[in-house]
Amino acid sequence: MKIEILGTGCPKCKITEKNVRKAVDELGIQAEIVKIEDLQEIVNRGVMMTPAVFIDGQAKIVGHVPSPNEIKKLLQKK
Amino acid sequence: MKKDKCLCEADEVLIFPCSGGSNVGQIANETAKRLSSQGIGGMSCLAGIGGHISGFAEAARNVKKVVAIDGCPVHCARKTLEHAECPVTVHVVVTDLGIRKTSDFHLDDKDIDKVKNAVKEKLKK
Repeated sequence: MKIEILGTGCPKCKITEKNVRKAVDELGIQAEIVKIEDLQEIVNRGVMMTPAVFIDGQAKIVGHVPSPNEIKKLLQKK
Repeated sequence: MKKDKCLCEADEVLIFPCSGGSNVGQIANETAKRLSSQGIGGMSCLAGIGGHISGFAEAARNVKKVVAIDGCPVHCARKTLEHAECPVTVHVVVTDLGIRKTSDFHLDDKDIDKVKNAVKEKLKK
């Protein structure tokens, strides 16, 4: 599973990354976590509001900081 | 793009014009541009919704208000959003405001103002 966190590096994006890592750790799953900070790449992915979280190439969170539980629910659906 | 450093100040209103191939479609588009420039909401991309680009659809599902501006009674913008399970909060149809659909692309500022005001009024409710 590949999880991408899209955000330019502001505090909201950092909290999102922290929460994603926490959710992955708590579920004990294997996932590649990638941070995308390049603004041009972010907008090229169709994201105009950050933070955003993509799971296996699909946007699952856009425009808000997800809690670890919210991320866990999304990961458990996979 | 107005936000060239960080995108985390999310818009509470997203505006989707039909941007269709007629005067009223382009009035819808121009109205969305102007509302966006005035900070009333963020203009977004209906083609992104129709193209199943997940970032656009996910943003529209999570924003407080979604505005669809359709040029004519075919309602392509509203239907496209609803098909992608993005509920429309405010729907304005340009021809409902007495503007006739033609293939003349010389847009009148008065028409754009009329549509802009209709969107602003509906957003207040």
